[in-house]
Amino acid sequence: MKKIEAIIKPFKLDELKGALHDLGVHGMTVSEVKGFGRQKGHKEIYRGAEYVVDFIPKVKVEIVINAGMVDKVIETIIESVKTGQIGDGKIFVIPVESICRIRTGEKNEDAI
Amino acid sequence: MKKIFLSITLLLLPTLAWGADELPTPVTNAEAINLVQAHANYLWTLVAACLVFFMQAGFAMVEAGFTRAKNAVNIMMKNLMDFSMGSIAFFAVGFGLMFGTSSTGFFGTSDFFLSGWTPDGDPWILAFWMFQCVFAATAATIVSGAMAERTKFTSYLIYSIFLCAVIYPIFGSWAWGSLFNGSGWLEKLGFIDFAGSTVVHSIGGWAALAGAIVLGPRLGKYGKKGEVRAIPGHNIPLAALGVFILWLGWFGFNPGSTTTADKSIAMIFVNTNLSAAAGSILAMVTSWIMFKKPDVGMSLNGALAGLVGITAGCANVSPISSIIIGAASGVLVVISVVIIDRMHIDDPVGAVSVHGICGAWGTLAAGLFNMGGTTMKIITTQLIGIGAAFAWSFGVAFILFKVIDLTVGLRVSKEEEMEGLDVGEHGANAYHDFQIRG
Repeated sequence: MKKIEAIIKPFKLDELKGALHDLGVHGMTVSEVKGFGRQKGHKEIYRGAEYVVDFIPKVKVEIVINAGMVDKVIETIIESVKTGQIGDGKIFVIPVESICRIRTGEKNEDAI
Repeated sequence: MKKIFLSITLLLLPTLAWGADELPTPVTNAEAINLVQAHANYLWTLVAACLVFFMQAGFAMVEAGFTRAKNAVNIMMKNLMDFSMGSIAFFAVGFGLMFGTSSTGFFGTSDFFLSGWTPDGDPWILAFWMFQCVFAATAATIVSGAMAERTKFTSYLIYSIFLCAVIYPIFGSWAWGSLFNGSGWLEKLGFIDFAGSTVVHSIGGWAALAGAIVLGPRLGKYGKKGEVRAIPGHNIPLAALGVFILWLGWFGFNPGSTTTADKSIAMIFVNTNLSAAAGSILAMVTSWIMFKKPDVGMSLNGALAGLVGITAGCANVSPISSIIIGAASGVLVVISVVIIDRMHIDDPVGAVSVHGICGAWGTLAAGLFNMGGTTMKIITTQLIGIGAAFAWSFGVAFILFKVIDLTVGLRVSKEEEMEGLDVGEHGANAYHDFQIRG
């Protein structure tokens, strides 16, 4: 079992959701996050004074899947959110020790 | 049968009465015509008062939009209270000082508490008071924006009462006293300020300058090396709505200043609109050249600058002159905002530039572009008025703010300023369920 955390551009979320659904991923957790990477934010002008927006709004998508699906899922994420511009985001793959579905008490693979 | 006969007689009676008179002419009907004109004057003046009142909403939205979310409740309270307290102060003291009989030419001494009105007397004083009251409150509310995000609420209340009771009315009596019972020294010189570029806007703008100087800049506005930092406003659409409301309100402010329903309002409407349009366009172009992008805040300020600029001369300059006056206001406001910022005077909404600077320019322009021609005497008189407004408003407001600062204190604590005045001053939050950023 693996958890995939993908930091993506907010306007790509709907596309990604559709693609993952088609792949058979039936649940996800989404949060609005802010951050910066190598491009260090961007500049804006307010009434003549320039300022740097350090933290750019992003969306973090978390999904948990069977280990065998990891490559396919990563491929799908890249396919649906890549624009080729800076700020496209990153994907993290994290091992998951165990899972428990609260309502039924099902464990691990059954609870995905 | 008797009944029918009676009815016919009654029906015929008016015909007989008419038949006895000659056909009415404008001369024989003068009384009725004058009555209709008087009613139209009441109606126009009070409708215009409604439009000017609505400008309060405009000022509130502009100020809230250009500042941070954590101070929005405080800004609403200031804008509500400067109108409410200002109304009472102008009723009790201000109107009498401004429009009461004056033997000196410096202030009026009658008509306090609207004592000039009796239940069976001429109600014109009420319509006139209502229109002048919304003007006084406009001058008061201008200051709010320049002092936003750091002023103690109680101190702001004290200031707004004082402005509507004393600062605004005394200068007003110099320029406009004779519109009612008064007579001012400035108007006797021939000073032109039809709807108040100086009387309302410069007076408000210079008081705002005094307030911003005495208060000092917001925390974090200027860096250690003196660099200017942006503190972006939290809601630009709200600020834009405010500007549109103000633009609409100005159609009462300028044409309503006739307090007469006649044909002259058409040109005043056109001049007002053209100047605002030219102001916003030229402010956009200026900001585009200076900052490489067409800046929304500056363009919005540009529309207001054009409106303030044409307020003095809207009844005595041509539509083409109005475009020139507005265009110059638009350029002036952008340059002035940048210069005032570099002087480390923190004016979050640009009130000093829009109302003070462009008010002074508009007053000069009313003399320069006078349709009847201009003379050195007209220009000198305009300059005297501009100078007198600065000396009076900036001087008295500066002393007032210093006194408030030394007694009740003018500024909130550092901690409160960082947390936001909404919580510190009012124990409230403008946007529940949203995370407010420090």
